[in-house]
Amino acid sequence: MKKPFNILYFLIIAAAMVSCNNGNGNDSKNKKGQGGLSTNAAERVYVAPGEHDEYYGFFSGGYTGNLTVYGLPSGRMFKEIPVFSQFPTNGYGYSEETKPMLNTSFGFVPWDDSHHPDISQTNGKLDGRWIFINGNNTPRIARIGLETFETEEIIEIPNSAGNHSSSFITENTEYVVAGTRFSVPVPQKDMSIKDYKGNFKGALTFISVDQDTGRMGIKFQLMMPGFNYDLSHPGRDKSHGWFFFTTYNTEEAHSLLEVNASQNDKDFIAAINWKKIEEYVNNGGGTKVPAKYAHNVYSDENHTATSTMIDEVLSVNPLDVPGAVYFLPTPKSPHGCDVDPTGEYIVGNGKLSADLTVHSFTKMLDAIENERFDGEAYGIPILNFEDILAGVVKQPGLGPLHTEFDDKGNAYTTFFISSEVVKWKVGTWEVLDRQPVFYSVGHGMIPGGNSREPFGEYFVAMNKITKDRYLPTGPELEHSAQLFDITGDKMELLLDFPTHGEPHYAAAIPADIVAKNSKKIYKLSENEHPYATLSSADAKVERNGKDVHIYMSMIRSHFTPDNIEGIKVGDKVYFHVTNHEQDFDVPHGFAVIGANNSELLIMPGQTKTLVWEPKRVGVWPFYCTDFCSALHQEMQGYVRVSPADSNIELSWSLGED
Amino acid sequence: MKKAGIIMIIGSLLLLGLFKFPLWNIMLGAPQYPDPLGMDIYIEGIQGVEEFDIQNIDGLNHYIGMRPIPKVEDMWEFEVFPLVIGTMVALGVIIGLLGFLGKLSYKWFLGWFVLMSILGILGMYDFNLWLIDYGTNLDPKAIMKLENLDGTPMTYKPPLLGYQKMLNFDVDSWPGTGAYMIFLGMILTLVAFFVGKNESKKAV
Repeated sequence: MKKPFNILYFLIIAAAMVSCNNGNGNDSKNKKGQGGLSTNAAERVYVAPGEHDEYYGFFSGGYTGNLTVYGLPSGRMFKEIPVFSQFPTNGYGYSEETKPMLNTSFGFVPWDDSHHPDISQTNGKLDGRWIFINGNNTPRIARIGLETFETEEIIEIPNSAGNHSSSFITENTEYVVAGTRFSVPVPQKDMSIKDYKGNFKGALTFISVDQDTGRMGIKFQLMMPGFNYDLSHPGRDKSHGWFFFTTYNTEEAHSLLEVNASQNDKDFIAAINWKKIEEYVNNGGGTKVPAKYAHNVYSDENHTATSTMIDEVLSVNPLDVPGAVYFLPTPKSPHGCDVDPTGEYIVGNGKLSADLTVHSFTKMLDAIENERFDGEAYGIPILNFEDILAGVVKQPGLGPLHTEFDDKGNAYTTFFISSEVVKWKVGTWEVLDRQPVFYSVGHGMIPGGNSREPFGEYFVAMNKITKDRYLPTGPELEHSAQLFDITGDKMELLLDFPTHGEPHYAAAIPADIVAKNSKKIYKLSENEHPYATLSSADAKVERNGKDVHIYMSMIRSHFTPDNIEGIKVGDKVYFHVTNHEQDFDVPHGFAVIGANNSELLIMPGQTKTLVWEPKRVGVWPFYCTDFCSALHQEMQGYVRVSPADSNIELSWSLGED
Repeated sequence: MKKAGIIMIIGSLLLLGLFKFPLWNIMLGAPQYPDPLGMDIYIEGIQGVEEFDIQNIDGLNHYIGMRPIPKVEDMWEFEVFPLVIGTMVALGVIIGLLGFLGKLSYKWFLGWFVLMSILGILGMYDFNLWLIDYGTNLDPKAIMKLENLDGTPMTYKPPLLGYQKMLNFDVDSWPGTGAYMIFLGMILTLVAFFVGKNESKKAV
């Protein structure tokens, strides 16, 4: 009985979509891309109640600073993982334990602009251990564990600014790589902006990843000429050991870049032989230079983050490692820098060019060997364009930004200006199909698209402009993603779904690789938080001068203790709250009136701490914010706050008359 | 009586399975518990099917005033049952051995079977008494005091055997691997009796 009803319902929705679009009276383009009714598109994205999606999709949150988790093909959002931004929803960045995660050399930075997630790999295949993402504004790289879906580590990148050609990983997760979009004086100093040219530097940072713990550490920074390093991708398979970065502003303009950085006919893709530099560094190469950057690590054992300030970094001058760095001329301010699954082809998406330029890795090696150079820039050899060119995709569209690959030798390039996705054949450079997107696509994503083995089932277009795709919500709109089925000759639009913040890139992985490892609870017996209350008998209140520490436990449906007296105006009260549940999906919240920070959302077995500075005399309630049980409304307590000079002794209780 | 003696020994040794496998299993599923909570009842104590099931069952039960699931030290049964089973195994093996050596009549096999059956029935009776006490002897200060339609206080005795709907829970109570091993073991001792009877007839 249920199923026919659901199908009917979706047919109606689909019909409404089609008729709305016809109603817009738009051109034939619209009809071509949106014929959902005749193609059972609804059924193909419909995940029945209680069933699961095929893929986890991790979408960067852009200016939310976070990472959102969606199911594909349904487009349903499962979680927002706080990464670089304070998140009052669960207290991330507000709780005493997580404040250190947002520490930087600039102090506490509660926000960032997250861009490019990348999932860890082994032998060029997605392994689902971790996902990395960059903070663009205050350069940082975060590592999120895929057992807990929580941010476990954030490392700041010194000498970088606009951490945009990040965070891409090598095929065994040896390195996560972060390049600077804005070149800056290194070290920073007071100088005239006009003296940019020749004096600013572009740092490309290689961060090693410990294979057991995931722990990151900056291995070296390659100090490149002061161009803008826009995007990057690792070589893979045959080109494993190399890394490729697009550049723009090789003009080294410092003002009105939209004109002044668009003058050169060709900019570069920088090809970096990181294995060679690694060897150089391992043999004592490079110079340790003063720097200041924060390294923040969160521990599941004590549920607490620590922030360590590091004061030097290993700097490498590319000229000191001959044969490690080359420039590949690439037309017109290339944006995306994409490497096909075989590692042979490097695509430069020249955003101001009408053509797509594809370089050949084999030809590149050959040109290097035969020294077919076309000059040099700051001592770095420029390879001869014709000698390394594999092919050109002619006039595929306007404003190419990014290219993804499927498992059948096809590439899919997004075109911002002409607002379309174009499918073309790798090797023949022939355009096979084009589909309009609504509107102005940025990145596209195929699950496993940045690996040796893409899962060529879906393509997700992440559109920059939403306009009329959903019911209007005033001037400010969420962004819009579009899901295409790419299993056939032609791409087929299946679904629109809104995405939170501004997803730049995304990464997706088959659900079965990740779901089985997902943690359900934290074991209370393994809780090593110094302020944990492991047994309700240990609940207590301690005063240390003006600091009052409340060791509190919570379980359905009460706090221990729930009556506290002896707090005074001017005290700094630390609520250390431990959730004693050991049952899946039974979090408890903690909120207290007048708190100047946020709530705490505490998972089973976890301890979190909220600071409360009572300013007024009175009896003030606190309560559980998560509807945890039938007696959730009863899960509350009171704190008595007395005048600063009162001599009421500390006392605490539960269930006493 | 060699064959009968061996069967008797095997049959009684199967009871040792109770020291490794649960005698009984009770599963509690509910809309909020798509993965049901469960307890495995061993002769030496009660354990959760998953690590925290007992704690979670207790957590739920406190709303309706049920006492926590007994620990080993809370029930004399968990001390006595292993002794009884151990003794019965030893007895069965000795009888089987003596039967094997022809020093005992096959009737002893039946005697063992009857004794074990009586003990088994007593055990089940005791288990049911505990279930009744556990499900009906509720905390007078219980958070939720529910009544049946006829106005009598609702009780929560899990079924001794089979399925029962209790509030939002689907309760399934079935024998565990250990129980099947006793069952098989006891059948074997009965078989030993008949085989022994046959063998002794032939011998005559």
